[in-house]
Amino acid sequence: MKLKSRHLLGLDGMSREEITLILDTAISFREILDRPIKKVPPLQGKTVVNLFFESSTRTRISFELAERRLSADVVSFSAATSSVGKGETLKDTARNIEAMKIDMVVIRHAAAGSSHFLSRVVDANVINAGDGGHEHPTQGLLDMYTLREKFGSLEGLRVCIVGDITHSRVARSNIFGLTTMGAHVSVCGPATLIPRDLEQLGVTVYHRLEDVIPEIDALNVLRIQLERQKSGLFPSLREYHRFFGVTKEKVSKGPKPITIMHPGPINRDVELSADLADSEHSVILQQVTNGVAIRMAVLYLLGTSN
Amino acid sequence: MIKTKIFDSESFRRTVNRLAHEVVERNKGTENLAIVGIRTRGEYLARRLAKKIEEIEGKTVQVGILDITLYRDDLRGRLDQPQLKSTEILFDITGKVVVLVDDVLFTGRTIRSALNALTDLGRPALIELLVLIDRGHRELPIKAEFIGKNIPTSLKQEIKVMMTETDSEDGVYLADVEDDGKELKR
Repeated sequence: MKLKSRHLLGLDGMSREEITLILDTAISFREILDRPIKKVPPLQGKTVVNLFFESSTRTRISFELAERRLSADVVSFSAATSSVGKGETLKDTARNIEAMKIDMVVIRHAAAGSSHFLSRVVDANVINAGDGGHEHPTQGLLDMYTLREKFGSLEGLRVCIVGDITHSRVARSNIFGLTTMGAHVSVCGPATLIPRDLEQLGVTVYHRLEDVIPEIDALNVLRIQLERQKSGLFPSLREYHRFFGVTKEKVSKGPKPITIMHPGPINRDVELSADLADSEHSVILQQVTNGVAIRMAVLYLLGTSN
Repeated sequence: MIKTKIFDSESFRRTVNRLAHEVVERNKGTENLAIVGIRTRGEYLARRLAKKIEEIEGKTVQVGILDITLYRDDLRGRLDQPQLKSTEILFDITGKVVVLVDDVLFTGRTIRSALNALTDLGRPALIELLVLIDRGHRELPIKAEFIGKNIPTSLKQEIKVMMTETDSEDGVYLADVEDDGKELKR
């Protein structure tokens, strides 16, 4: 069993078997992270370039750690210090880097579809680390891994994604992945931040947290981008917090404890209350640890298939 | 394909028992002893040995499972991707006498991978190698301390170890693989 594609561009169209393969492979890497020596040799001699055209701390560090722990040689590049400012196109940047003989590219870019584009112009394996509002597949996978670790299975699990669904690549990757794995996915947020006809992806749409809380096992709370308020999509952070901020009080209305997830970075007491983020039902830090294992699994599966 | 039976279930059992006695004899008991089996059949063999040693000595022996997939030297040349499973060694191997267990010793490459994997987990005081069958054709300077049976083979032959944990019976077969003109994968 191996992945069908040479690249990981998104979870849309990925089969249940492929997702299961990645999640199962990550279990082995998760165990390695608890060892005194956290390094194994399967990508020895491979070179990975991290192209981060958008700022990111956690995803970049997570990918870099995953690459180094698989013994790959790693080069990282961030937009701030590159020649992107000099007007070079993405295609030229990528082909120049590839001319230096690299094997894999991890790309984060503000334009949706950038990783698809890259996969057509370079020979290296391409991994999408977030492309605009399109997908962030490794985040979707690590969220599923964390849920599966907590609940044993994703089949029939009820997960609600709350926040700005329209602009969220995390939401899209979660929706594609979770529905493929047989989970029941719902979303909740202000009407201005939920795309029309989202039901066609097989999700239930709610506009009141109070309505969805009794129906779910886990809540994936998205970061609210402060820029969205400036563009008038919601009136104020205070109001957003009042209606869609996830707090202990609102969550306690459910029949049983709800597992809390967040892709980070958290705006404490805006989309998620601080006490809940630090509570026993929060798996936010497990998500971060599992993220390294998931990225190791993806790099391993793509990097060792011929 | 012509098959010759080398072990039936009775001789299989007797050989495992003898190996267990040898391990205890050589190491003067079970103190500091740990048994680590290489997935898949090495794991089952390790468990059977540990059980037998417990019967002999009345003391439990720690058992670990080693997955060597990440340490293989042919990871990239293969068309089928080997399935990665977990290493389950839930104790510190540093300072221990580790008996590394596998079903068949052939080129020695698996053992090389296993030694690298083991030493990444800690620094054992001593590593000993136990195999059920040694079929020769070493490509690396590796030899086993404990051998169930030496079976001289040609490269056109295959050793098939069967264990009830995954197969229909306990047994060892020597099979002549038909020559299809292609060079055999070692």
